Amino acid sequence: MADLHFLANPARFRRFSQRVLPGLGFATVLMLAVGAYMAFFVAPEDYQQGKTVRIMFLHVPSAWLSMGGYALLAALGASLLVWRHPLAALMARAAAPVGASFAAVCLLTGSLWGRPMWGTYWVWDARLTSMLLLFFLYLGHIALSRAYDSPERGDRAAAILALIGVINLPIIKFSVDWWNTLHQPASITRLDAPAIHNSILVPLLWMAVSLLFLFVWLVLLRTETEIDRRRLENAEAAA
Amino acid sequence: MSGFTTLLMRDLRLVLRRPGDVGVVLAFFVVATVLFPLGIGPETNVLARIAAGVLWCAALFAALLSLERLFAADYEDGTLDLLLLAPWPLELAALAKCLAHWIVTGLPLSLLAPVLGIAFGLDGTSLLALGATLLVGTPTLSLIGGLAAALTLGARKSGALLALLALPLCVPTLIFGAGAIETLAAGDGIVTHVAILAALALVALATTPWAIAAALRQAGE
Repeated sequence: MADLHFLANPARFRRFSQRVLPGLGFATVLMLAVGAYMAFFVAPEDYQQGKTVRIMFLHVPSAWLSMGGYALLAALGASLLVWRHPLAALMARAAAPVGASFAAVCLLTGSLWGRPMWGTYWVWDARLTSMLLLFFLYLGHIALSRAYDSPERGDRAAAILALIGVINLPIIKFSVDWWNTLHQPASITRLDAPAIHNSILVPLLWMAVSLLFLFVWLVLLRTETEIDRRRLENAEAAA
Repeated sequence: MSGFTTLLMRDLRLVLRRPGDVGVVLAFFVVATVLFPLGIGPETNVLARIAAGVLWCAALFAALLSLERLFAADYEDGTLDLLLLAPWPLELAALAKCLAHWIVTGLPLSLLAPVLGIAFGLDGTSLLALGATLLVGTPTLSLIGGLAAALTLGARKSGALLALLALPLCVPTLIFGAGAIETLAAGDGIVTHVAILAALALVALATTPWAIAAALRQAGE
């Protein structure tokens, strides 16, 4: 953590991000292209699910990244409230919509996958429902951080919300699991296959890393924009 | 503790002098609940099955409805600034406000819900269970809602925002509260559910006062 402190200064962060961003963007595009090739042409079809199993290569990493994104929001919130890092607020503002988008992608691909597999776009499955609630938590964070005339106030309110949210996420997840077993006991075959074969696992992990690159790239780019925006606002207020 | 009781009594006295405010919340609860049989149809077995969920959701909405003003009046007339300056923990002030909110909404809602449950055709034990789960579960709603109210203090469109923040966090309480009556119908006891509701209330009691105090401090800055 101590090594990351040098990035707390927005000007220094900007110099760092401007050096990193072009290469990172190039690597992201390249990795996504290779990942798409692997997902569409290299990975075998599932003997039961056919071609639709390829949705997994986008669906599962999106779920991972949306959960990781909320953990990032909480960490940024903590560093804003504890150390008052000015950059943490701007980065949280930049990261929340990205995380929400990954949650939305996860929900959309899941529902498109559910239609051919389960025969319906939506089931009140525990995992689907808790992902939906995570999406709502993201929406609350985004709405709260932008609800004030003074952006600093919104930043800190959203930071407190992210910390309370991260404490509550496991409780929500647990209670939704409980709720689902109460209401519909195992009517859906889950993807609890004994072990994933390497021919599927390698493209999946490759896509996960590529999408992680995309996530980081988007967050850095958006943080730069937020720095510029905050500067403009301050300049306008001073003028 | 004297500051705590003073603040609590002050809030209760304020409500007592304008009992209409609480009356409106309870009236909303009754009207919202009565709309469900009208929308769904009068079959008694269907109504008995959905009664717990409907009453719990309506209680949740009614509690949220009254939360918007929890800190707003103090924020506008300067009482909050005095609370911030006072030489005793703001966390206790937050707790007193939430307790006052529970006494004037959560408690009457818990007593009123079983009465409405009769109209939904719930049997005697289910009515008792409904009252008991609401009694244990509504403090959590007051605490989480209090946090949402403190976070949205002075925000634009604070009412809708408050609901958006509080509702996902209230999901566990709703699940175990409404689920208890369902287990009762399946022939099991509700002890587990009440215990988990109590645990949720204790977690909220241990975390939210600090978060509310932090939110109030930045509102006062």
